[in-house]
Amino acid sequence: MAARKTTKKPNISKQELLEYYREMLLIRRFEEKAGQLYGMGLIGGFCHLYIGQEAVVVGLEAAASEGDKRVTSYRDHGHMLACGMDPKGVMAELTGREGGYSKGKGGSMHMFSKEKHFYGGHGIVGAQVPIGAGLAFADKYLGNDRVTFTYFGDGAANQGQVYETYNMAELWTLPVIFVIENNQYAMGTSVSRSTKSPSLWERGAAYGIPGEEVDGMDVLAVKAAGEKAVAHCRAGKGPYILEVKTYRYRGHSMSDPAKYRTREEVQKVREQRDAIEHVRELLLTGKHATEDDLKAIDKDIKAIVNEAAEFSKTSPEPALSELYTDIYADA
Amino acid sequence: MAIEVLMPALSPTMEEGTLAKWLVKEGDVVSSGDVIAEIETDKATMEFEAVDEGIVGKIIIAEGTDNVKVNAPIAVLIDDGEELSATPIASAPATAEPSAPAAAPVTPAKIVIPEEPDLPAGTDMKTQTVREALRDAMAEEMRGNENVFLMGEEVAEYQGAYKISQGLLDEFGARRVIDTPITEHGFAGLAVGAAFGGLNPIVEFMTFNFAMQAIDQIINSAAKTLYMSGGQMGCPIVFRGPNGAAARVAAQHSQDYAAWYAHVPGLKVAMPYSASDAKGLLKSAIRDPNPVIFLENEILYGKSFDVPALDGYTVPFGKARIWREGSDVTIVSFGIGMTYALEAADRLAKDGISAEVIDLRTLRPLDTETVIRSVQKTNRCVTVEEGFPVCSIGNHISAVLMQQVFDYLDAPVINLTGKDVPMPYAANLEKLALVTTDEVVEAAKTVTYR
Repeated sequence: MAARKTTKKPNISKQELLEYYREMLLIRRFEEKAGQLYGMGLIGGFCHLYIGQEAVVVGLEAAASEGDKRVTSYRDHGHMLACGMDPKGVMAELTGREGGYSKGKGGSMHMFSKEKHFYGGHGIVGAQVPIGAGLAFADKYLGNDRVTFTYFGDGAANQGQVYETYNMAELWTLPVIFVIENNQYAMGTSVSRSTKSPSLWERGAAYGIPGEEVDGMDVLAVKAAGEKAVAHCRAGKGPYILEVKTYRYRGHSMSDPAKYRTREEVQKVREQRDAIEHVRELLLTGKHATEDDLKAIDKDIKAIVNEAAEFSKTSPEPALSELYTDIYADA
Repeated sequence: MAIEVLMPALSPTMEEGTLAKWLVKEGDVVSSGDVIAEIETDKATMEFEAVDEGIVGKIIIAEGTDNVKVNAPIAVLIDDGEELSATPIASAPATAEPSAPAAAPVTPAKIVIPEEPDLPAGTDMKTQTVREALRDAMAEEMRGNENVFLMGEEVAEYQGAYKISQGLLDEFGARRVIDTPITEHGFAGLAVGAAFGGLNPIVEFMTFNFAMQAIDQIINSAAKTLYMSGGQMGCPIVFRGPNGAAARVAAQHSQDYAAWYAHVPGLKVAMPYSASDAKGLLKSAIRDPNPVIFLENEILYGKSFDVPALDGYTVPFGKARIWREGSDVTIVSFGIGMTYALEAADRLAKDGISAEVIDLRTLRPLDTETVIRSVQKTNRCVTVEEGFPVCSIGNHISAVLMQQVFDYLDAPVINLTGKDVPMPYAANLEKLALVTTDEVVEAAKTVTYR
């Protein structure tokens, strides 16, 4: 990934920049804490951290309106925090407790919030893509002007159902934004080892879907692209593809020794391209905030995350009777 | 204050590991994200990153140590200027201990099956084919609920590959009767999303053989989401279409999926035989807030039955129907299997054997009570289905009978099924692969020792 080309001098308010800083930092600190709790055995199974990719969801959420929907894969903690779900409920789901969003029955990969229009949290690579188009289908059928953000990775981009969905989404002019979070590695397989058509967004052209590549380490660029995509959908022009180039700092899941890339590669992105550092710089150089202001935010975030962690340890495990609930809704 | 660094769990199954190498030494400054050690798990050597910032005050576990338990302290971080000895060490966080299971056994809630009301006296009956009954069920439900829509291959302009959706496009328009591209995996998933989004989709598979392309969406997305969301988000959807063997279409187009779908918690499964049950069950399926697999049969589509001419006629799920009462043997079947079961009962009657014939109608929930009551009377049971023999519906019923009414059985239960082979094309072999009326008669005689 090339270094950021220009230092942006965007026409953007201090308030917005501070908000993005806060939200990205919340995701990072939350994920670091989740990693720590995993190491302590409080979180089990698979746990896929979002560290490094924070600008993608924070930028796109900034382009969304109330009522818009979102659906994603199993690397979903960031999406949930960015759409306003309670960190306590998310962390308690990671620890499998009663206070979790799914009462401890879903875990890291399977969480939902109807209230926040978050439709999961799906553990099967690519399965959320037709589901996202279906959510958009429902909105079009019901005649409202909502859009659905359907997130998937560069790995899922090679699933057949993605292209079945592109075909129908364009055929039926569905208001869905396909967000390819290209973090460059499908578990341990780099994009160049999995395809000879590495420009993933361009594959939409075969179905008549427009799209573009976006710098996913720049929250302002992501937001701008998101606004363009949303306008396209709301104007009734059908789907839009955003291939957001990003980078995951941690392993695919907690048990990934990450031997498929060098330590130096990761370190270089962290040092030169980090999305949070970028906004921090804009805030400081633009004299929107002082070091002390930012330290105060850091402290706030740390408190929120610690509170979530504490809740996730003290919330009881689900009652044993929960084993047999929620299998069927009452007819 | 000093912070203990604990041996981390680095995989879902790790309980202990080898501290292969320290990459820092006492006195080094570390910040969050720095790799401080290499740890060998059962699967790989992993880099271990610091979460907290500080100075390495003490290394407790030397490198090269094997069998270090997860959560054992391996080092201590101190703040700048602190002396280790003078500093209280933050106590190691409590490890997660799964709570002991309670003494009381946890059992599933008993499924409450609504009583099937008797038809009002003097109800008019009209003769209809299964095909017409299915169409009427969809049309009536679509009239009653604007959010019900039908999608599938050739359901609209072609009027249905098997003409089940005849006339629906004319009445409801292209917004609600939707032709899809040939893309089962995609449109099944899209329909699941539409159900999450508040609609009530009916998905027609041209045949259930093609639904194998879509089975991940049916099971992983439709059936499991209510549970995985802690009850927040259900999936009110009907997947319907012909299932099982038609005639001479060979292995890839002739499979019975009854046992496959009946296996899955979160799904409901119906497999009607008669036109009135096809109509009543499909209407119940469309109204149900859960995903329903609705297994039809191409050979039955053209068969006529009496159907109540009654507004709002529905048939509840989980209630078997006794087609014929008898005292010597219970024959349990569903779907097209009922054809052989009823024919056999006629023939057995001529030989003086009184067979009770039960149509299960739905396979999940499954009305085992009706079967048990019947077997308590007849003491013998034969099951009839078209699917493969291993892990069949009949196997399950046999197990239930053995567990609950073992002492009532006067003969081993016989499970009649399709043969354990892919469906052959040749007419003579196909006939041999399918279950037949002759086999039912013979099995009934075997269990009655005649």
